[in-house]
Amino acid sequence: MQEWNNETVVEIFPAIWDGFLVVLQVTLVAGIIAVLLGLLVAIGERSGPPWLKRVLSGFFQFIRNTPLLVQVLFVWTATSLYINPEWTAFAVGSAVLGVHYASYTSESYRAGIEAIPKGQWEAATALSLPTHRVWGAIILPQMLRRSTAAVANWVIAMFKEVPTLFAIGVLEMIAQAQKYQGQNYTGVVEGYTIAGILFLAASYPVAVAARRLENRLAKSHF
Amino acid sequence: MPSPTSNEPIIRFDRVNKSFGDLNVLNGLSFDIAPAERVTLIGPSGSGKTTILRLLMTLEHITPVKHPEENGGVMWVEGEPFSHMDKGGKLVVANERHLRQARQKIGMVFQQFNLFPNMTVMRNVTEAQVHTLKRSKDEAAAKAKELLDLVGLSDKVDNYPSQLSGGQQQRVAIARALAMDPDILLLDEVTSALDPELVADVLGVLRDVASSTNITMLIVTHEMGFARDVSDRIMMFDKGVIVEEGAPEAMFGDPREERTQDFLRAVRSE
Repeated sequence: MQEWNNETVVEIFPAIWDGFLVVLQVTLVAGIIAVLLGLLVAIGERSGPPWLKRVLSGFFQFIRNTPLLVQVLFVWTATSLYINPEWTAFAVGSAVLGVHYASYTSESYRAGIEAIPKGQWEAATALSLPTHRVWGAIILPQMLRRSTAAVANWVIAMFKEVPTLFAIGVLEMIAQAQKYQGQNYTGVVEGYTIAGILFLAASYPVAVAARRLENRLAKSHF
Repeated sequence: MPSPTSNEPIIRFDRVNKSFGDLNVLNGLSFDIAPAERVTLIGPSGSGKTTILRLLMTLEHITPVKHPEENGGVMWVEGEPFSHMDKGGKLVVANERHLRQARQKIGMVFQQFNLFPNMTVMRNVTEAQVHTLKRSKDEAAAKAKELLDLVGLSDKVDNYPSQLSGGQQQRVAIARALAMDPDILLLDEVTSALDPELVADVLGVLRDVASSTNITMLIVTHEMGFARDVSDRIMMFDKGVIVEEGAPEAMFGDPREERTQDFLRAVRSE
């Protein structure tokens, strides 16, 4: 059994920190995809033509009902074999993670849209407002108030799933710990522990901020 | 094919049908409304009154019939086909673009006010002026101030709807509808969601609007006193057909039909 070693902690920390920065970068890229794509999907499912609604609904059902790891491995293999082997694991992994979580954020947006009373749509129709104003000035501001906290929680959940990309060689924290162990035959316990602490240190304040935002939005005028 | 000219009714229902699934709400309904006329639709729940307003506001769509040129099933507004459009001399069911254009002549005040909660009172009244009618922001704001003054809320321009009472919200909704300079104003049970003490203010505003403008009004209400005061004509509906219609004095004073008598008795005893 390997014993805890403080010297290893000091030695492994820079590598784990590099992995942590990679996790943050993946979260940023995938988060932007999840937040924006989810919104577009929710709008498309609400007001797109019937064929688009069917395509979006079918595709994202499929995404939600298959494991992230399988999606990551499948897309990584498919892109490197058939599309472009130059694409990095970081880019492919971030995109898959973002699309995967867009399937959840879109549901939160959808719930936020459905919670808006029918009368809001009817008033917008009665005033003949153009579609972009109906969405931009009436529906989205009201929907965001309802959905922001849920979407923030999905992004936090996504952040914690970044280590899945270890499977395709993205050098995040777990990969760094294993790499260190591969070279030094030690350090995996310390590495995983530091990774866990860094995850907690990063996600806890964000979760608290999301909760505060939720409370603040709930107290707003609308 | 009936093709009203500009001298003719501002609203014409020509054998209009409306079904929700298997439920026939309107079955070949026909009536005319003259320009500047104030007509109140009364009748029990489910008699089709609100459906008529919602069809005119394009919130619902008529159930089309074949060959509308001969068989009707068409709504006309200001002499133009409203639920339909002319395509090579034939009437076809209107598309969204036609409806968007056509409904700009019509304004509606809803039972639940339906103000936009994320906008101030001022923005509620200016939003569609700027983005639908393409008025300048200054022009829209001036119009909004004038109308908010008319409804007695000029001191609330910066408030949000949630900071107003139900009666105040409904008065903003009236100002918002009037800001679009509609030729036709639809009032759908505008006092039903209000506490009793707030009803009088809203009805007072509507009485002012009725007496100071030429806007054609179609009113659905259970406020019989108000209906008597502002209406030129009362139409009693039951099961999607007009049971009886006439001047308010006759309708409220001496209704001929038993169903009208029963309905008025029920409303008065509420």
